[in-house]
Amino acid sequence: MVTSECVIVGGGPAGLSAAKELLEAGARVTIIDRNERLGGQLIKQTHMFFGSEKQYASHRGIDILEYLVNDLAPYGDRLEIRTGTTVAAIYQDKVLGCLKDEKYFKIKAESVIIATGASEKALPFENNDLPGVYAAGAVQTLMNEYGIKPGQKVLMVGSGNIGLIVGYQLLQAGIEVKALVEAADRIGGYLVHASKIRRLGVPVLPKTSIKRAIGEDAVEAAEIWSLDENWQGIPGTEKKLDVDTICIAVGLSPLTELLQQTGVRVEYVRELGGNVPLLDEGYRTTVDKVYACGDVANIEEASSAMVEGRITGIHAARDLGHEVENAGFRIKALQHELYDLRGGPPGEKVRQGIKKREVLA
Amino acid sequence: MKNEDIVICRCSDVTLADLYELFEQGYDNFEELKRIARVGMGPCQGNTCAKMIQWEIAKYFDRPLEACAIKNIRPFTMGVKLQAIKEAAEDED
Repeated sequence: MVTSECVIVGGGPAGLSAAKELLEAGARVTIIDRNERLGGQLIKQTHMFFGSEKQYASHRGIDILEYLVNDLAPYGDRLEIRTGTTVAAIYQDKVLGCLKDEKYFKIKAESVIIATGASEKALPFENNDLPGVYAAGAVQTLMNEYGIKPGQKVLMVGSGNIGLIVGYQLLQAGIEVKALVEAADRIGGYLVHASKIRRLGVPVLPKTSIKRAIGEDAVEAAEIWSLDENWQGIPGTEKKLDVDTICIAVGLSPLTELLQQTGVRVEYVRELGGNVPLLDEGYRTTVDKVYACGDVANIEEASSAMVEGRITGIHAARDLGHEVENAGFRIKALQHELYDLRGGPPGEKVRQGIKKREVLA
Repeated sequence: MKNEDIVICRCSDVTLADLYELFEQGYDNFEELKRIARVGMGPCQGNTCAKMIQWEIAKYFDRPLEACAIKNIRPFTMGVKLQAIKEAAEDED
């Protein structure tokens, strides 16, 4: 059986950052990603990042991906990259069942870092299966990766950063955004993003949701309505919008399916997006030498995923017996970066969630 | 609202109306619903429906979301042909 000192599942910002630390410390690393290209969601992030310089603020996600991949280049002899490969199963003895081009094979790992990221939440509403109803990630893939417009007139559902940014990118592509609705009483994402699309004339409607999609074979219109304090639609407040596309951006949920197969303890923490692994300060799960970092541990931005990945990489390298120079000092500095990234009102939810998880652990 | 036009599980074509009918029959957790209606057993393995079902169970039976979380996840996360597993086993021998 193929063996590896450390298998990283998921080559997004968290996984790539963890890989760098492990390689620098002298470990042998395998990165597995089901996509043909490394980078995870960074591939479709054509916008510039916020945060501090340390996490490449004011650089575009797609460029950050290049930096992260280039960082690994010097260690080619100890790095194995398996793209286009899906981990279909992880057994409790750290044997990973992988699938590439219909061919199945196993890898036995000494340690495993799960950095699988998140999946998009779906929304139940009438005719939610009509062609023309998209998840925001799919719209981003179509537009930013393949240069294809999803439609001409869009209703955006959800005002988190994804809804706001994708809304703006739709406008940039010359697509009309008829409205952006948000079930809560306030904008979920950064106000700068919201102001940008407001300035361009898009109505941003709080306490509003989609009631139904209308159409025979595809979306021909959408009906929105106001919500009461119990999140229920108020009859009589319906408004019909002339759209051909409905974009759903109602949040992400950690993709823990592989993690849970390893037997780690997970708990449902709603502030962190769903089932999340219980972790110690080194991103160790409750199973020896199984780690989790990035969105699979807590839904956040790519900036924090990169920092978490690096902390995880340092710990995983040391746990495998490798020496990491200035480890204590560097971990402290990285933790400080995380603290800064999670500061202020936008980070409130994740701070609460992480506190809740610490109590559960 | 037309619950029969609200699709909860796209893989097995289960609507909100189907779900309510099962709730009324007493199926009140994901594991049982999975066995009776095949929700979460299609190609997406519950990545689309599970969160919505958790939410609907919580609402219908008036339970906290935490009490309706989906915990049992087993290999595989996707369809793997027996042929592929057989060939892998032969390669190992």
